[in-house]
Amino acid sequence: MLSTLHAIADWLAATEASAVIQNVSWIIPTVQTIHIVCVAIVISATFLVSLRVLGVFDRAQPIAALTHRFLPWIWYALVVLLITGSLLIIGEPGRSLMNPAFGLKMLMLLIVASLTAFLQRPLTADAGFWDASTQRRALARGIAVLSLTLWSGIVFAGRWIAYVGSV
Amino acid sequence: MLQELLQELHDTPLADTIRANALAFPWLESIHVLAITLVLGSIAVVDLRLLGLASVNRPVSTLIRQVLPITWIAFAIALATGGAMFASNAVAYANNLPFQMKMLLLLLAGLNMLFFHLVTYRSVAHWNEARQTPLAARCAGGVSVLVWIGIVAFGRWIGFTIGF
Repeated sequence: MLSTLHAIADWLAATEASAVIQNVSWIIPTVQTIHIVCVAIVISATFLVSLRVLGVFDRAQPIAALTHRFLPWIWYALVVLLITGSLLIIGEPGRSLMNPAFGLKMLMLLIVASLTAFLQRPLTADAGFWDASTQRRALARGIAVLSLTLWSGIVFAGRWIAYVGSV
Repeated sequence: MLQELLQELHDTPLADTIRANALAFPWLESIHVLAITLVLGSIAVVDLRLLGLASVNRPVSTLIRQVLPITWIAFAIALATGGAMFASNAVAYANNLPFQMKMLLLLLAGLNMLFFHLVTYRSVAHWNEARQTPLAARCAGGVSVLVWIGIVAFGRWIGFTIGF
């Protein structure tokens, strides 16, 4: 696994695209800025929906109204995040692919993306799904707390890539 | 005068602690990024409503009352962590062009918000539930979202240009 990643990182580092991203000084900060703006969308959407599920934000509106308003933004932003993130990886493959903070970030991303889909999906057929029973309400609250924790953890891990050494 | 003040800030115990502890800066920076993404994203919810692009079925005053407390809490955290990072290397930050631009845009965001709340917002009762808000409100929303994206951009540029 590690040696495969090493091989991929070495191959990427030797590509012309990688050289361009490295050598044109404005590309990395610009791509990182777009990346952070999309993180802002994801973080805020997840905070507003989670705080509603926890009963802190906009209690007058049903959960489904909030997920309908805010969760689609997460998926659109995630597409841009994957593109900008890939560009950053191509530019500095060793710094990211071989970095434990990056691995942790991707793991948390997989979990939280699944959780978000799991929260969103039943609401299309039944808007009151998460309010139908005490157990479901508790489950939704658990997902909300986990989502807040994991997305915040993703932001932290993203910044720590710059500080944690590659293996 | 200013340089002496910056040097004094640089010599405070807080700044010393941040420089002496290798983990302090990444922690402050991570919290700062998390807070600033929440500031930008939450204020964009209001800005996009003013622009008539999102949340158009929600009354403007309700949305502002619900969302802005989150923005302010996040802003306070961004200010505290940003201030601590600034203190740790005050002279270099103060002389860094992207940092100066970031502060200028922050001032602009503040003035834009002040004008909106003191002048434009006074007539909110007339357009609270309207999809299209008055031109002045749309301008305030447009300026705000662009300025905050600029603040993020210059903030990121500091990391690439600051000398230690």
